Amino acid sequence: MNGSSIAAAWAVLPDYLGQHVLLSLSAILLGTAISLPLAIAAAHSRILREPVLSVASIVQTIPGLALLALFYPLLLALSSVTARAFGLRIPALGFLPALLALTLYSMLPILRNTIAGLTGLDPTVKTAARAVGMTSWQSLWLVELPLAAPVIMAGIRIAAVWVIGTATLSTPVGQTSLGNYIFTGLQTENWVFVLFGCVAAAALAVLVDRLLALAESGFAHRSRFRLLTAFAGVMLVVVAGLYPLAGAAERQVVIGAKNFDEQYTLSALVSDQLARVGIPANRRSGLGSTIIFRALATGDIDVYVDYSGTIWTNQMHRSDSPGRAEVLRQTAKWLTARYGILDLGPLGFENAYVLAMRSDRAKALGIRSLADLALYAPRLKIGGDYEFFSRPEWSKVANAYGINFLAQRSYQPTFMYRALQDGDVDVIAAFSSDGRIAEYNLRLLSDPKSALPPYDAILLVSPKRARDAKVTAALKPLIGKLNLSLMQRANLMVDRDKRTPEDVAKWLAKNIR
Amino acid sequence: MIVVRAHGLSAICMVRRKKGCRAVIRLVHVSKTYPNGGAAVRDLSLNIEAGEFVVLIGPSGCGKSTTLSLINRLIEPSAGTVEIDGMRIADTEQVALRRRIGFVFQGIGLFPHLTIAENIGITPRLAGWERSRIAERVRELLQLVRLVPERYAARYPHELSGGEQQRVGVARALAAEPKIMLMDEPFGALDPLVRDELGAEVGSIHNRLNLTTVLVTHDMTEALLLADRIVVMRDGGIVQSGTPAQLVSAPADEFVREMIDNPRRRAMRLAEMLSTAT
Repeated sequence: MNGSSIAAAWAVLPDYLGQHVLLSLSAILLGTAISLPLAIAAAHSRILREPVLSVASIVQTIPGLALLALFYPLLLALSSVTARAFGLRIPALGFLPALLALTLYSMLPILRNTIAGLTGLDPTVKTAARAVGMTSWQSLWLVELPLAAPVIMAGIRIAAVWVIGTATLSTPVGQTSLGNYIFTGLQTENWVFVLFGCVAAAALAVLVDRLLALAESGFAHRSRFRLLTAFAGVMLVVVAGLYPLAGAAERQVVIGAKNFDEQYTLSALVSDQLARVGIPANRRSGLGSTIIFRALATGDIDVYVDYSGTIWTNQMHRSDSPGRAEVLRQTAKWLTARYGILDLGPLGFENAYVLAMRSDRAKALGIRSLADLALYAPRLKIGGDYEFFSRPEWSKVANAYGINFLAQRSYQPTFMYRALQDGDVDVIAAFSSDGRIAEYNLRLLSDPKSALPPYDAILLVSPKRARDAKVTAALKPLIGKLNLSLMQRANLMVDRDKRTPEDVAKWLAKNIR
Repeated sequence: MIVVRAHGLSAICMVRRKKGCRAVIRLVHVSKTYPNGGAAVRDLSLNIEAGEFVVLIGPSGCGKSTTLSLINRLIEPSAGTVEIDGMRIADTEQVALRRRIGFVFQGIGLFPHLTIAENIGITPRLAGWERSRIAERVRELLQLVRLVPERYAARYPHELSGGEQQRVGVARALAAEPKIMLMDEPFGALDPLVRDELGAEVGSIHNRLNLTTVLVTHDMTEALLLADRIVVMRDGGIVQSGTPAQLVSAPADEFVREMIDNPRRRAMRLAEMLSTAT
C-alpha cells in the first residue's frame, strides 16, 4: 500500500509543485514590489513608519489559514460590487485569494528589514552622498539601497520561507499546492501523503532559503559570482517548477470536491469520465459546502457533486420535507432559475446526515429514534463534522425534538468515527453512505418527524459549462448508476483499506458499466 | 615660523589682489534656528576672498560646522543670504552647486561599497564625464594625494588606514575640479603624526590648485599653521576675524587670548625643552 501511495504522490508532484512554485513566486514578487517602495517611503518619513509597521505586524498575527479564508468573502463582496459596476467578475476562489493572502503575509519581513537597513546606515555616508552632488534618487539608488541590500535580501529570504510554508494552507480556498498532499492525506489517513507533502514543501523552502542566503552574502561581500549563482539557482527552481504547467491546457474543466472521502472519490470518477473523451480536467479538493456552491455559481469551478438536502436547506432555506422525488424536482428547477446551474440528475444514492450511536450503547439506553434520544441528550455528548453544528439542519433537528446535548465537538469525519468508538462522544452526525456505519455496526436513529430532508447525490454543472454539450454528454452516463451499497463499499475502501480515491474511482467505474 | 608662513601667504594674496581679489563667498546676516528654538548661527556676516584659506574655529556647539554646511546648502539658512561668485546660492540648483564645491568630512564618509577609484570618480560620473576622462582624473588625484594609483584604485575603503582613507576623501572632494573646498574637521579622527602630514599636504594642495578653502577645526595649532585668516566663533557668532599674526598680537578679548595662549605656551615649553636637550 505504501509503495502505491508513493507512486501516486509522485504522479501528481509536477502539478502540485508547479502550482506551489507559481503561487509562492508570484506572492513574493508582488510582496516585494509593494513592500520595497512602501518601506523606502517609510524609511524617509517618521510619520509613515509607525502605521506601516503596525499594520504589517497585525496582519502577521492572523493565523495563515484564517487570512486565506478571509479573502474568500472579501473577494466575493468585491466581485459583486465590480459585477454591478463594470460587469466584471473577480474570481473569489483559487489563485487570487491565495496570492493576496500570501502577499500580505510576505510583507512584514521585507518592510521591517528594508526600513531597518535604510535607517541604520552611517549618517556620514548619507551626508557624503548629498555633498558629492547626488539627488535624493541618486543617493537612494547609488548609495542607500546598495548598502542596505544585504539586510533587505535577508528580509526577502525570511518572507520566501514563510510564504512557501504558508502556501500549503491554500488548498482549502481551492488553490492547488503541495498542501493538497497534506489535506488529502489527513482526510484519508494516508500518512505517506502527509509526509510527502511536508517533505516536499520543506525541501523547497530549504533550497530557496540557501539560494537567497547566497544572494545575501553576494550583496554583503560584493561578490558577483555568488549573486549570479544564486540568481541562476532561483531561475532554475522556477523554470523546473513551472515547466509542467506550461503544457497544461489553458481551458481545463475544474472539478470541485468537498472535504471528505466520498467527494474525493467522486471527483476522481468525474475527472476520469471526462478524460475518457479527451477533456482535460483539474481538481480542487477540500472546499467547504457554502464555498463550493458559490464557486460553482460564479464559475470558479465547473462541476461537482452536491446533495439535494444541502441545497434545499442551506441555499433554498426550506424547512419542509415533501419527499425525495419532490425535493429533487424542486431543487433542479430552483438551481436553473436562480443561478443557471445545470442539475444533470441524481447519481442514485443518498448521503444523508443521520445521527448514529454505538449499538451496545443505544441498546443499553433503549434509544431507537431521535425522540428517544431527546430524553437522554442532556447527559450525552455529540460529535459532528466541521460544518454540521452551523448548518440549518442541526438547529431544525434540535428544535423539532427539543434535543439539548451536554457538549458538542467537531472532528474531521475520520476522527469522528474513532471518537465514537473510543467513547469520547456518544452520538455522531454520520453520513448514510459511509461504509463505516456497517463496519462499526452503528445504530442509525430514525427521524419520525422528518426533520432532516433527503440527501440525494446530484451532479451539478456551472452556468458557463451548462452549454458545453461535450462536457454534459460525457457526464450523463454517470446519472443513476451509483447505488447506495456500491458507494458504501467504495467509501470503505478509502476509509478502511487506505486505497487512494483515484484507485477507488477506477474500481467504481468498472462496476457501473 | 608661524608668522613667516602667514606672511608668505598674505604675500601671495597681495600679488593676486592686484588683479582684483574679490569675495567669492559672502554670508550676509545669516541665521540658522531650529524648530525647537535653538539657534546654531546668529546674524553672521562673513566675506571670504578668492584664494583665501579661512579657518573657522571655536568650541563645540559654536556654530562653525553649521556655517560651513550653509555654504553648499547641506543646511538652509533660516534668515539672511549666502552668495558665491556674486550669485545667491538659494537661487542656484542645489545639486549643481554641490558638484562645484568639494567637501571633506571628519567621519571621512567614503562609500564602503565602491572602490577607491569609484569613490573618487563619483562626482565626475554624476556630472556625466566620459569614462576615460574620469579614469585619467582619478589617477591624477591619487598621485596628488600621494597614493600609488596601481596599488589603491581597485581596493575598497575598509582595506585602507584612516589616514589613507582621508587622502581619498580629499581626492574625492577635488575630483570635479572645484574652486572651493569645504573641510569639516578633516583631521579630527586621525592620529597626530598623520594629522600633521596631511595638514601640510592640504595646505600645499590649496596653494597649487589655487583653491578657496574653508576649514573647520577646534585645534588652534592647526588653525595657526594653515590659515591665511582665522575666524573665531562663539555662540553662533564671530568673535574675531584676522590673520594668525593679528590674532596673536591683538586678541579681541579674553576668550580669544585663552585660545591663542594655549598653543603658544606649549610651543615655548617645547622650545625650552629642546634647547636644554641639545
